[in-house]
Amino acid sequence: MKLKANIATSDNGFIFNPATGDSYTSNSIAAFILALMKAGKTDAEIKLEILQAYDVDQSTLERDWEDWVLQLKDANLLEAK
Amino acid sequence: MTQKLKYERPFIKKMNMGLMNKFGTQSESEAVRDIDGVAVKALVNEFGSPLFVLSERQIRRNYRAAVRAFKTRYPKVQFAWSYKTNYLNAVCSIFHQEGSWAEVVSGFEYRKTLSNGVPGHHIIFNGPQKSTEELLLAIQNNSLIHIDHFDELYALIPLCQEHGSKPRVAIRVNMDTGIYPLWDRFGFNYENGQAWSAITKIINSGTMQLVGLHCHIGTFVLSASAYGVAAAKMSALALQCNAVLTTPIEYLDLGGGFPSTNTLKGAYLPGVDTVPSVDDFAEAITTTLLDAGFKQDELPLLILESGRVLIDDAGYLLGSVIANKRLADGRRAVVADFGVNTLFTSLWYDHKISPAQDVSPHTDTVTLYGPLCMNIDMIRESVNLPALQPGDNLVVHKVGAYNMTQWMQFISLRPAIVLIDEEHRPHLIRKAETLEYMEAPEVLPEYLREAKEAT
Repeated sequence: MKLKANIATSDNGFIFNPATGDSYTSNSIAAFILALMKAGKTDAEIKLEILQAYDVDQSTLERDWEDWVLQLKDANLLEAK
Repeated sequence: MTQKLKYERPFIKKMNMGLMNKFGTQSESEAVRDIDGVAVKALVNEFGSPLFVLSERQIRRNYRAAVRAFKTRYPKVQFAWSYKTNYLNAVCSIFHQEGSWAEVVSGFEYRKTLSNGVPGHHIIFNGPQKSTEELLLAIQNNSLIHIDHFDELYALIPLCQEHGSKPRVAIRVNMDTGIYPLWDRFGFNYENGQAWSAITKIINSGTMQLVGLHCHIGTFVLSASAYGVAAAKMSALALQCNAVLTTPIEYLDLGGGFPSTNTLKGAYLPGVDTVPSVDDFAEAITTTLLDAGFKQDELPLLILESGRVLIDDAGYLLGSVIANKRLADGRRAVVADFGVNTLFTSLWYDHKISPAQDVSPHTDTVTLYGPLCMNIDMIRESVNLPALQPGDNLVVHKVGAYNMTQWMQFISLRPAIVLIDEEHRPHLIRKAETLEYMEAPEVLPEYLREAKEAT
């Protein structure tokens, strides 16, 4: 799962899609994930980093990850596979 | 070992560049962790979720403020607690302790007032349906009977003759006060002369004492001036009774209808910013009465049957998040454990809803559903809430009026109700319903029972 190359993100979670003009805000953990995605980390690596940094168990994270991917797809921020 | 960061479900939120709201309405996402000093978590753990909570402190504060608003402007004022708004015995007892009479609209409510120890002459019996048995009970108790229609009037006359008693009665008057809709289904119309006709029939029958006039111009009335119009027409009728029929009217009952600060569905601005205060209503009513032409020593007693405005903001509904969902169009939805069956007023209001635990400042627009397997079970179509997890608690505000009387036993059982007293102690005032409670009135015919036992 990769963000489109032209998507701009900032450290505080601001997202801008220059192709559509849409912009988004995100909560702090979303900003954390976006930074790791930008850095080219895989899904598995990102989840591992979340489990190390945040007070969350694996099953909760897996459940929320499904929703996270849906949100990125809905916002048209992901590269087509 | 380093402390891990607090986890929250990751989410992004699209920024919409629409017109700015110049009124800058307040965010609803601030956490409400306790009610009158009692932790929401502790209440839910002890009494279950969902749970209605009432604040005795707020009920008394509301009542005293309303009484003060009227008594500082007019010499003779009496409140009568509207039982249908919330007839839990604990709630009624608080109002009666504060000095409130009782206003009832059915035989069931009437009997409730008696068991709450209200003296018969402090009970106002309103409503379109009063059986012969109930009318007799009211006559025997010297209660104030508010006659709603001619059929009731004609039923009362022989009843009084038969029993040789002269009950104290009033007629219910409906009128045009300049607001829409015009409530003309209760009582006798003022403008077309029906009210005057009913008055003369009562006096001419010689079987009753006409002591009062009553009106109930609407509900959640947002115009204080409408009450001024009502007070003027009621005063004119009372003065006419005295002048033409030499029947002085002892009291004018202006009914209820004052709004709480809830926000009606479809309203552009929140109720707290738009709803007139009790002082506004008191000013409109009392200045009209004082200028109507009554002699100083003949001013009628002013009765008010307020319900909603005295208790709505003293009630809370505590609930829990069951699930988060993403709808087909990408919108986020939250499913809570309370639905429209429990929170009946969610059909009329956009209730304020707060999380009950620490939350991040990031909020998302979500649809809040109840737990019923029914498409209509939606509490808020669009509400800003932070990311919530299953098990997190929610607090719904201003639910004290009508919910605990109009709630429905549908699909699930009705929850417990707790009253927090002025010393911050919670008291269970209505137990959560059980399967046994619900099935107690049911009767299974013998042939079906036998068939069941045979299988």
